[in-house]
Amino acid sequence: MLAYLLRRILYAVPILIGVNLLTFTLFFVVNTPDDMARMQLGIKRVTPEAIEKWKQQHGYDKPLLVNSTASGAGKITDTIFWRKSASMFVFDFGYSDDGRSIGHEIVTRMGPSLAIALPTFLIGLIAYVSFALLMTLFRATALDIAGVALCVLLMSVSGLFYIIGGQFVVSKLWHLVPISGYDGGIGSFKFVVLPIAIGVASGIGSSSRWYRTIFLEEIGKDYVRTARAKGLSELRVLFRHVLKNAMIPILTGVVVVIPLLFMGSLLTESFFGIPGLGSYTIDAINAQDFSVVRAMVFLGSALYIAGLILTDISYTMVDPLVRLS
Amino acid sequence: MSFTPVILWSDALVFLLLAVGVAAAWYIRRHEHLLLPWRRVAQSAAAMVSLLVLSLFLLVGLLDTLHYRAALPEKNGGETVYSPEVLSVLDKLVEPLRTHTEKTYSAPLAVTLYAKESLSDAQGNVLRDYPRLRYGGAHLADESQLASDILKRALLGALGGLLAGLLLALGGKRWLAQRRLPLRPLLIATLAIAALAGATAYLAAAYHVLGTDKVGQDVLYLSLKSIRTGLIIGTVTTLVTLPLALLLGIAAGYFRGWVDDAIQYVYTVLSSIPSVLLIAAAVLMMQVTIETHPQWFDTSASRADLRLVFLCLILGMTSWTGLCRLLRGETLKLRELEYIQAAQSFGVSSLRILTRHIVPNVMHIILISLVMDFSALVLAEAVLSYVGVGVDPSMISFGTMINAARLEMGREPMVWWALAAAFGFMLVLVLAANLFADAVRDAFDPRLNRTEVAA
Repeated sequence: MLAYLLRRILYAVPILIGVNLLTFTLFFVVNTPDDMARMQLGIKRVTPEAIEKWKQQHGYDKPLLVNSTASGAGKITDTIFWRKSASMFVFDFGYSDDGRSIGHEIVTRMGPSLAIALPTFLIGLIAYVSFALLMTLFRATALDIAGVALCVLLMSVSGLFYIIGGQFVVSKLWHLVPISGYDGGIGSFKFVVLPIAIGVASGIGSSSRWYRTIFLEEIGKDYVRTARAKGLSELRVLFRHVLKNAMIPILTGVVVVIPLLFMGSLLTESFFGIPGLGSYTIDAINAQDFSVVRAMVFLGSALYIAGLILTDISYTMVDPLVRLS
Repeated sequence: MSFTPVILWSDALVFLLLAVGVAAAWYIRRHEHLLLPWRRVAQSAAAMVSLLVLSLFLLVGLLDTLHYRAALPEKNGGETVYSPEVLSVLDKLVEPLRTHTEKTYSAPLAVTLYAKESLSDAQGNVLRDYPRLRYGGAHLADESQLASDILKRALLGALGGLLAGLLLALGGKRWLAQRRLPLRPLLIATLAIAALAGATAYLAAAYHVLGTDKVGQDVLYLSLKSIRTGLIIGTVTTLVTLPLALLLGIAAGYFRGWVDDAIQYVYTVLSSIPSVLLIAAAVLMMQVTIETHPQWFDTSASRADLRLVFLCLILGMTSWTGLCRLLRGETLKLRELEYIQAAQSFGVSSLRILTRHIVPNVMHIILISLVMDFSALVLAEAVLSYVGVGVDPSMISFGTMINAARLEMGREPMVWWALAAAFGFMLVLVLAANLFADAVRDAFDPRLNRTEVAA
């Protein structure tokens, strides 16, 4: 088990290197730092001196890959690639354009992101699985058909509509909770309850339908017939047998997103003014703060890979047939 | 009036897609075994009604794809000068909608603006009132006739639409019956759509049916223009996804070894980056390139258009990995089957095995995944435009409409019609696409058929 884990973590390294090279190519080779400086300073009437000054301020005034003027290890380390890209492997993200430490921002903003994302994830999972089980229980009846039709309708609605509509009805018409904002500690409850409810509602269509398909696939199998032949009640068959066996396909989709919960949701956070990583990313995109976007891309893929490893571990917990070696 | 046709990059890609689609349809028609699953699709009432709706959207999108630049009234000598404004056939067809712009917001079917202004009457007295619209209901002498006029126009329009629909239905009835298509649902849908379209068209001649936005543009016109953007994002993206996923997927599954390792590495790296972030990063870089090279574009339309094409390219580059993984898995399974091994032992070349035996047998996966992706891409456009990494702000799309209207949420009284129109049009388009995709999946996926029977 431990050996397997080590191997998986080692296997993640080349992938992260690939991500790093990809972002480096995107941000520094496709457009040179000169282009970026021109973009930031305005396209017209930019003097070469202003560009040089901007590059120096942001640490982009070095060669890309090899610094021939430096000596020794400096040939490699005194370059943009080493300073800006390779340094992310030790989670040194550098500074954003307004001069703040990105690493510090990430740590402080993770909390609010989690306060929204984690409850959304947990409540959502329970709600979707229950709804799907209900549809499976009443399969091929009018209730099931209505449920599937509802799911298709709900998944055809834009995610933006849930947020805008929810804010309008709950906050503006009914005045139940504030439209946006955030507060630490217990006071944050009134701010997070609506984003969480909207997050759960917006996923119900596609997720419930997906789980229903999984359950229906299981329910056609032989062991279910055996269980029924033993005289077990339908509910017992569903919960004791079908649900347990459907765990593997469900876990495949679910566990992988758990680490990504730290990143928060771009849309929800920006609409509700939650100071999390999602709104941080959106602000960075709008301000064209490339160093923040670069850091977020790297962090996101590292978390995704962690999710993949977690998925493998979770298999061993639910399926005795799976042994990691 | 003379004009010069303009073919933007996205237009060319649409025509290419159309040609591929027609060629594929012609090929399928001549092969009975390929036609069979489509017959199953054709028997589903939901699929056929959604196809009807989709083809209407497609028609609007295609009309909006035929671009031209009109000639300006001649000024200097015999040389014709063309307007820098790129118009489409759709613009020409609904010209009143495009040109009848008001001063600012007005509610759907209103005759006055949405905000009070200082007006002076004949005696020179200044009073605050809602000013009349320049075009909306301008034919009415008195505002009190509004309700009866709307009712009259809606009824007459619907009646006209119904008549046209009935004629259409009578003409197409034999054709439908010959192909054993679901007659009654199609008939009902045609009549309903015809009545709705007739009423809207007759009303739109004198009113702003869906109101106007901040700069007084007709919201119905904006919605119609948005359709093309959504359709292009949903379809042109597949031009990138498909070749990449198909080539790399079957190559990885068939050749295995280092080819497989290399391709797997590439798609693991790409798919490990959360897609919104990857798209955002790529679009930001594209923005820099476009901003620093203004000399590439002769009109603002061509600039916005190239940005749309690049957006499709980026969406395609980031979304081929899922399909590639599926195709690799399926090819791994197929290559162990007897008929492939027989072909190999006969000495058939790898290329021929791939094209003759593997590709036709993974086609259903490709088709299902393409129709399923379409609706996701249409929805993604709105989200990306909101995040600020979508289409050019000057390009009319559902995303830019929502983005512009979102800020008006806080207004009292609220301006809701632009949002409602964008979400409504999107819902109809995506719902139809989803229903059609479901029918296609049911007809093509052999595995799913079995489970449906067992259930």
